[in-house]
Order: sequence, then C-alpha cells, then structure tokens
Amino acid sequence: MANGTSPANSAPGARPPVLSIERASRRFGDVVAVDRVDLAIGQGEFFALLGESGCGKTTLLRMIAGFELPDEGRILIDGQDMSRTPPYDRPVNMVFQSYALFPHMTVAHNVGYGLRQEGMARSERDDRVAEVLSLVELSALAKRKPHQLSGGQRQRVALARGLAKRPKILLLDEPLGALDRKLRERTQFELMALQARTGTTFILVTHDQEEAMTMSNRIAVMRAGRIHQIGPPRQLYEYPNSRFVADFIGSANLLMGEVVGMEAGVVRVRLQSGGQTVAIEVEAGVSFPTGQSVTVMVRPEKMEAGRQAFGGPNELTGEVVDIAYLGDLSIYHVATAGGIKVQVAMANRQHRQGKPLERGEGVHLAWHPSDAVILTE
Amino acid sequence: MRRLSPWLVVAMALGYLFLYAPILILVVYSFNESKLVTVWGGFSTKWYGELAANDKLLDAAWLSLRIAAASATGAVVLGTLCAITLVRFGRFRGRLLFSAMTTAPLVMPEVITGLSMLLLFVALQQLTGWPDGRSALTIAIAHITFATAYVSVVVQARLGQMDRSLEEAALDLGARPLRVFFTITLPLILPSLVAGWLLAFTLSLDDLVIASFVSGPGSTTLPMVVFSSVRLGLSPEINALATILLGTVAFCVIIAGIVLSRRRGERA
Repeated sequence: MANGTSPANSAPGARPPVLSIERASRRFGDVVAVDRVDLAIGQGEFFALLGESGCGKTTLLRMIAGFELPDEGRILIDGQDMSRTPPYDRPVNMVFQSYALFPHMTVAHNVGYGLRQEGMARSERDDRVAEVLSLVELSALAKRKPHQLSGGQRQRVALARGLAKRPKILLLDEPLGALDRKLRERTQFELMALQARTGTTFILVTHDQEEAMTMSNRIAVMRAGRIHQIGPPRQLYEYPNSRFVADFIGSANLLMGEVVGMEAGVVRVRLQSGGQTVAIEVEAGVSFPTGQSVTVMVRPEKMEAGRQAFGGPNELTGEVVDIAYLGDLSIYHVATAGGIKVQVAMANRQHRQGKPLERGEGVHLAWHPSDAVILTE
Repeated sequence: MRRLSPWLVVAMALGYLFLYAPILILVVYSFNESKLVTVWGGFSTKWYGELAANDKLLDAAWLSLRIAAASATGAVVLGTLCAITLVRFGRFRGRLLFSAMTTAPLVMPEVITGLSMLLLFVALQQLTGWPDGRSALTIAIAHITFATAYVSVVVQARLGQMDRSLEEAALDLGARPLRVFFTITLPLILPSLVAGWLLAFTLSLDDLVIASFVSGPGSTTLPMVVFSSVRLGLSPEINALATILLGTVAFCVIIAGIVLSRRRGERA
C-alpha cells in the first residue's frame, strides 16, 4: 500500500451517499469492462471518474444511468437498489459526449422533453424550462434549433436538459471534449458554479487529469476496469498509492530502491542505480521492513537543481540533457550519475537565479525528505 | 460556378437527350391532332377529352393508384419494422438469414415472384377459402412483398446514420421505448419513410408482370390495359394518360425533394 499518510479510499465525509456501487462488474464477452467496483458518492459532490480510453469509466457511467446492467453487484441510488431499473425510471440524467440534442426540436422543447414525459402541466413546464435556460444563459435562444447553435451553446443546452428534471445525480460523459481549449477552460468554471448553485451531485467522466483536478472535489482513478485510488485531487497528487497513479496524475520521478533502515519516522532507501542512500519522512506508525524493494516518488517541482551542492540529506548529481522552456517554468531533464533520468521543474525567476542552467552542465539535485513518497505497488 | 468545357456540355446534352427524349416525344404527341400515334397532325387537346370519356382506362388508372397507395403504405410499415430489427437489435440468432431474405426480392426475377405468389394464393384458397379468387387485394399483397425489400433498404441506411445516443438521451429523460420511437426515432427517419413510400408507390404503379399473375377478373391495372391495347393498336389517349401520370409523379417527386432538403439542415 501507500506510505499511509492518508486512508486511500476516504468516505465522502458526513454527507449521506446518494450513490453506492457494491462490487459491480460488467463483462462484454471476454473483456471485463468494469471489474468489482466499489464506490460511494455523497450528496452534492462533484466527482470525477478519470482514466485512459478503454479503462471502463464510460461503462461505469452508463451502468449508473441504466444503459448497461451489472453482471454482478448492486447499484443503489439514494439507498434504493436500482441495479435492474431501466434508464427511464432512474432519478439520474446524463449529458452525452455528443450532446445528443434532438435535431427536430427547438432548444425549449429539448429542455422540456423530460418534463413532458413526467406529465408536468404546461405552465409549470414552461416556467421550469425558462428557469434552467436562464441558469445556463440561453433564454434568448429558446426558439432556435440545435443546428443553429455554436458548439458551446449546444453544450449548455445539453446541460440545461440534464438539469431540468432536477435529477439526484447528473452524469457528464466527457462534456468538454468537443470544445476548443479557451472555451473549455471557461466552461470548467461555469460547470463548477452551476454545480454549486444547484447542489446537484455531478459525476464526470474524463481522460483529462487537469479537467478532473480543476473541477471535482474527489477523483477515482480507473485502469482496466478497476478503481486504483479515490481521493481529493491534492491527495492523489501528493500521496498516490501506486506507481500507476503517481505517473498518471502529473509527472513523477520514480526511483527504484531497497529499504535499508528506519529511525524516528524517517525511512532510508538505497537507490538501485547509483547506490546513494536517500531519506524519506513518513507518518508515525508506518514502518517498512529492511530489505523491501520500494519506489521513491518525487514530483519534478519538488526537486531542485543547482550548480553547487545543497548539503541536504537527499542529494544526487547528474548532467542536464534537455531543457524544455515553458515560459513560466523550465523542465530540466537530468541524467543522474546512477544512470536514471529525472525531471526537475523550476520557476523562471532569473533575477534571483542568476544564469540559467544550460544543456550539458553538471548539476546537483536535492529534495526535502518530506517531499518524497514511498510506493510499494 | 465553374465553367464547363464545351465537350462536357455536349456529352451531358446527349446523355439527357438519351434519357428524356422518348418521354418528351410522348408528351408532345399527346397533343397530336392525328389519330395515328406516329404522324403529327397539328396541335390539339382532343385526346384528353377522349380520355375523360374512356371509362375503361380511367377505371384502370384509379385502381392502379389505389393499389399503389395501399401497397406503398403496407410496405413502409413492414419495411420500417424490418429495418429497425436489422439495425437496432444487434446480432440475434438468424440475423444473417433474415437480412438475406429481406433483400432477396430485390434481385428475384419478377416472373418468379409473380408465379410463386399465384401458387401461394391458390394453395391458400384451397386450404382456408381465403383469398376468394384473385382481386385488387392479391395484387396489393404481392406488391407489398417485393416493395418491402426496397423500403427496408432505404430506411436501414437512414437508421444506420442516426446517432444512437439520441434515443438513449430520450430514455434517460424518462420516455419509455415506445414513446422514444414515436417522438424521436420516427421524426428523424421520416424523410427515408417518405422516400421509401414514393419508391414503393412508383414500383407498384408500373408493375406489369407480377400484377398479371395475381390479378383476377375485374382487377385490371393500368399497365395491363396499356400493354394489351398496344397489341390492338396504340391510341393517342394513352399518350394523354401517360402525360397526366408523368405530371403527377413529377409533382410528388418535387414536393418530396423540397421536404427532404428542408429537413437536411436538422440532421444532428
């Protein structure tokens, strides 16, 4: 398991779960798309299912919506078992990746479609449609048809349609995938504001870790049908529980090694390549047996590179082999004396740093013992 | 617009001439004064007047139109159901066989279709007493069987293009499957139903072979009347009738074209 600084699958706080998934699986022939997933999502959460394409996140979302039925396990919505309930009887609505707006209906009719199925009276329906359209700032376009709208406007119609029935959960399948970069960033904040205002539980499926980290308060990282880790964005980034999660969320320097000793909350690890010993602070009560092989994970921005030795407990030497200048930061690719490649990200503050490092220069690398994480998986 | 080279224009003109000159000549000769179909005797509309008095031709035309409308409607219903089964129900057992059998009538020689329908009706009558002889009803049934294949092909193409998530979105919003079909699927495939109906209507209207097999006394369709009168000697009345039919069909096709092009903008 992880270094144990934090429980890996924290419960959604004091909020009662609006969705519980209990050991749900879904197979397509020989392929296990969703493999014994357990998940509890609290009322009002903005939750993200994050993973690469084919990891099962969309299948899991479709199981919540009712388009796929679990082969085993249960899905409870608001405490009620809805594993076998068809989509039209679930208090859940979905925003499709393609938006799936009905092309032969106006914006207002699209938004009101779900309400009409409920048998809501006309006047009440009109009020509700006007209300959600103003929520997404589309009141002026109520009479338009979908093909007369821009991509961003269509996306908002899809959102309004999903929210019109006041679902317990709104499912969003890559809702920003079809938007260009600028619009996507603005829409991210609009979505968050909308979620806060309506108080609806949002479950977002995305392959974009930045999107997941920006918007959601908890993320589940999925791979091959299984959830690897669930937690708030900061926890996933700072304390990943596996090499996969460390590498998937942000970039990570992964140094292989072997535990050689422990004292007073500090683990000493001898690195496989180079043979230096480094020190990593761990929480009280966590211990590692001597001789266990582990991976030390250090984020690029937590490493420092300089021409002089730092004199700290964790120090490596190496040579700059590549520099990516990104404006605000530079990423230095350093080959260590031990033969591994690490990345160091440093802010470009030239007046304090003096002459920037150049390719081919010999450098010292250092990081604080509390900035590294020990991974055993 | 790009300017076309003179050669292309000439080639195109010849092509259109080849396709439409016979029809044009037919229309022109329907206004012929002469009694002989092939000799021009000056302009006149008298054959239209003669036609209005020819009950036999008019009855046959009216019967043909009714049979065509009925069989087109029947074929659209069956063909649409068939297309939905093939496109939406995934890989059920026997799908390939079903698919092959629905498209078989497209390549089946009409003589065989006609003969087999006739044998079927005769056998059915002996066994059950129904149908009571051959009539307009048996012609319509025979036409439905082969027109269904055409409609099914047209509707399958449209259904295949349709985004499945539209139907899922409707289900997600609380509509039951039947509601989804009538409020989402049907309006979106409507252009293909109209196209399929027109196709089936036209196929039925000009069918001679199958109708000859399964028609009975008193159910003589227009192509049958025309064909038999050709053997006795062509009357310019036929030209007049053909011109009217041509005008009607052209009108329907233009209306359908306008409807289809208006709807095209709404595709998802």
